[in-house]
Parts: sequence; C-alpha cells; structure tokens
Amino acid sequence: MSNRDLPRLVLLAVPAGAFALAFFLVPLARLAAAAAGGPKGLAAYASVVTEPRHFESMMATLALAVGVTAATLVLATVAGLFLSRHAFPGRGALVAVLTLPLAFPGVVVGFLVIMLGGRQGVIGGLTEALGAGRLVFAYSLAGLFVGYLYFSIPRVILTVMASAEKLDPALEEAARSLGASRARVLKDVVLPGLAPGLTAAGAICFATAMGAFGTAFALAANIEVLPMTIYTEFTLNANIAAAGALSLVLGAVTWAALYAARSLAGPPVAAAA
Amino acid sequence: MRNRLGFALQLAVTLLVAAFLVVPVAMSMLAGVTANFFVGVSSGLTLRWVGEVWRLYAATIGLSMTIALACVAATLALGVPAAYVLARRPGRVSRAIEEVLTLPLAIPGLALALALIITWGGFRDFRTGWGFVLVGHVLYTLPFMVRAVLAVLSATAMRDLEEGAASLGAGFWTRLATVVIPNARGGIVAGALMVLTLSVGEFNLTWMLHTPHTKTLPVGLADSYASMRLEIASAYTLLFFIMIVPLLVAMQAMSRTRRTAGPVEELPPCRPLPSN
Repeated sequence: MSNRDLPRLVLLAVPAGAFALAFFLVPLARLAAAAAGGPKGLAAYASVVTEPRHFESMMATLALAVGVTAATLVLATVAGLFLSRHAFPGRGALVAVLTLPLAFPGVVVGFLVIMLGGRQGVIGGLTEALGAGRLVFAYSLAGLFVGYLYFSIPRVILTVMASAEKLDPALEEAARSLGASRARVLKDVVLPGLAPGLTAAGAICFATAMGAFGTAFALAANIEVLPMTIYTEFTLNANIAAAGALSLVLGAVTWAALYAARSLAGPPVAAAA
Repeated sequence: MRNRLGFALQLAVTLLVAAFLVVPVAMSMLAGVTANFFVGVSSGLTLRWVGEVWRLYAATIGLSMTIALACVAATLALGVPAAYVLARRPGRVSRAIEEVLTLPLAIPGLALALALIITWGGFRDFRTGWGFVLVGHVLYTLPFMVRAVLAVLSATAMRDLEEGAASLGAGFWTRLATVVIPNARGGIVAGALMVLTLSVGEFNLTWMLHTPHTKTLPVGLADSYASMRLEIASAYTLLFFIMIVPLLVAMQAMSRTRRTAGPVEELPPCRPLPSN
C-alpha cells in the first residue's frame, strides 16, 4: 500500500482515460472547432444573441426551464415533506408510485403527455364531459411544461425525502416550545434545513429541462426549444457550425447551473442523483 | 382544527401528484390491449396490438438488450478500475479526472452525439454498426458506474481491509481480486443495474447515432409514436414498461437494503437520471 503501487494504478486508469480522450475530449474539441469553422467563424457562438430565431428559442427554453423548476420544487416539497412526516397505510405504495417514473426516458414521457392532453387524452375527455369543450394541450409549450414536470417531480421528491429524514426534530420542537407558529417553523427551521438539497435538485431539474430533447421530439409539434432548434439546424439545414455552437452554448449553460449549485450546496450527484 | 386542514391539503396535493404520474401510465397500458381505444374498453380487450408490435419491432428489443448488456460489460471494464484508482489516490488530479469522467452528465446528449458524429462519422463501418450507438451509451452511463463504485470504495472500512491484507503480505493484484472487488460488489451490482436501466431507455444520443439498421427500443418507440395508431404505440410502450419496471424495482429494493444494512457507504446511492 505505498507509492510502489503507482505504476499499476496508472495502468488501471488507462482504459477509462483512453475512452474519455477518444470519445469525449477529442470529439468535444472537434465540435468546438467545427462550430467556429463555419461561414460566420467564431461569431457562430454569439448566434443566441445575434440571430432572432436562436434568441427566441433560447429565451423560451430558459423560461420553460425556470418555470418547470419552480413548479416542481413547490409540488415535490409539499409531497416529499408530507410523505416523510406521516405514517399511514399505503404510504409505501404511494412512495413507489411517486418514484417509479424516475427512469422513464423523455420520449416515453412525451407519449404519456399525449395520453393526458392529446386529441384522445383523458383531460380533454373530462373537460368535454363538463361541457367546457375538448381541451388539447399536448402539442404546445404547455404540453412540454407538463412533460418536464412529469419527469422532474420524482427526482425532487426523493431529494426532499432524503433531506427531511436528516433534519433534527429537536430543532422544530424547540422552536414550537418557544411559541413559533407552524408557518414560522416551516419558514425558519424546516425550509433552511432542506435548502442545500433543494438547491442541488433544482439545478439538476433546470439543467435537465434545458437539454431535454426526447419529450419535445415525441410531441412533434413546432415547439422551438433549444434542443429542437439544434436538431433542426443539424438535420434539415445541415448547418453543422450553428448546431455545434448552439449545443456547446447549451452545454455551458447546463454545466454552469450544476456547478453553481454545487458550490452553493455540495456535490449535486451526491445530494440528489 | 388548522392542523387537520393542513394535513388534508398536503394529502390532497400528494394524491394529485401521484394521480398525475400514474394515470397516463395506466391509460397507455390499457390502450395497448384495447381493441379500439377511441371507442373505449367496451370494444374488447385484445393482444392483437402486442402481436403487431412484436412483428414490426422485435428486432429493436433484441438490439436494445444486446447493447445494454455490452454497455454493462464495457462500463464494468472501464469504470471499476477507474473508480479504484480515484479511491486510492484522492487529491487534486483525481478530482480533475473525476470531473472529466462525470462531465458527460452535465452536457446535453445532443451535443455529445454531434461531437461523436463529427469526429468518428467518417469511419463508415464503425458509424453504421451498433458499436457506434454503444459508444454513446458507454459515454453517458460510465459516470454512474464510477460514482456507484467510488461511493463504496471511498469508505474508510475498505482502506483498513486493504491495509490489513497488505500487512499480511498480499500483493497488489491479490488484494484487488480478493479484497477490493468482493467488498465493492454492492456498488458494482448497483452500478450495473443503473447502467442497464439507462442504456435500455437511452434516446437522446441514440436518436442521433442510430442508422436504419441499428434501431433500439426507444428509437422504435419514437418511430411508432410518429407513424402508428395509438393502440400500437401503447402496446409498444407497454412492452417497454415490462422491460424497465423490474429493473427499477430491483434498484429501489437495493438502495433500501444498502441504506439499512450498508456499513460502507458515505455518499447516498446514486440514482439513474436519464437526460430526457
């Protein structure tokens, strides 16, 4: 167990290192070069600001990601806190139901949104039965919002439950015994205790919503979010420079969100993934 | 009184969220075995659509399984040694390597796929085989394997065990084979399950990397959503659920036993997060 092991350790690291070099680092560098090698040169990277279509797409994606993150944090905190605080028959089943969609791919989530809000969707059936006309929302930004909410909620609920279990109940009791109201305890004791977990989970939620592609693809509408714009640039317009530049800008945004959250709240994968 | 009201409100929100998550799944499962979904269940239940999916898409299911198993093998071969090295030599260099290895998680699948196509797309045989899809899957799942194994290996108990074995004269490879790997098997199995689940469901990279001859299950699903009637798309989704749900349940069960029994665990267990 000493430095004599070093050569052998280096040997063990070679396969993963070679893989990362050949299929990640070099390709990423090539992508960056290709993005700058188009007719616009380095200016391609600025297209999210200079090109109106890209700018609109970026703004729509940012708004969607922020909205989804906020809504998910609220709903998942209520449900997660409730589940970690109360024992009742069927609780285990409820937790299982709430966390099972965790690994559903985005494309399947898109189809589930069609089941809810598509032309034959259950919500449309309900609104029609209520005499309000058939509500069809799946193939729009609203459908995308619902889909992103669908795959984000399970992730955040798990984080909230894990964080809530680590809270010290004595702190809440102390606050209560000193006369703090329930709302006050929630605001001053419980939520600050959950904050690191919520920060990390929120960042993952935001990053996933920014980069999600499968859901928008399955809904197949003219929803201009950044991943769809990149896909269109690449496949329909064969504009590799624009697609490359946009995808690197998108990658930088998601990475920065995760990095910022980690500096604020500790490692994100450890806290929430 | 206010307490009861609060309880009822929270319960209502929780149940609504649960309904939101489960109703579309139940509906799509039902639609897959309904003769005519537009008419409703009264049109009768049938396995006709499942049979149709099998006729049209059996190859995608086979390829997805092949790629997922190959992906597990590759991430084991690459990830377990890498995790061991990172655990043995904590420090700035290791942190940087870990950062590079987990960076693919922070970058959207589309960007990774574009980068791979630009760099390797010219190698025709490689580009058109399923190995190209496999490379994408390994790139994206490797961080999960490394994290899962590293979590177990970073525990201090492992260090003591290895010190003990070393003081008894066990050499490097003996310790690795008889002490490190057997004691890390919890993390290795958890990582393998995660990689399997993620690979079976991977869409973002696969959609860009696949060719007409290398369609995986999720690619076939997207295809059926776009071009088939709702019943066939649903039956296909049903088959996907049948494949993926047992994996998810096994993973949840594992993370529970690890939480209660695990003596060597400092990081919480990683969970599979598709990039969607």
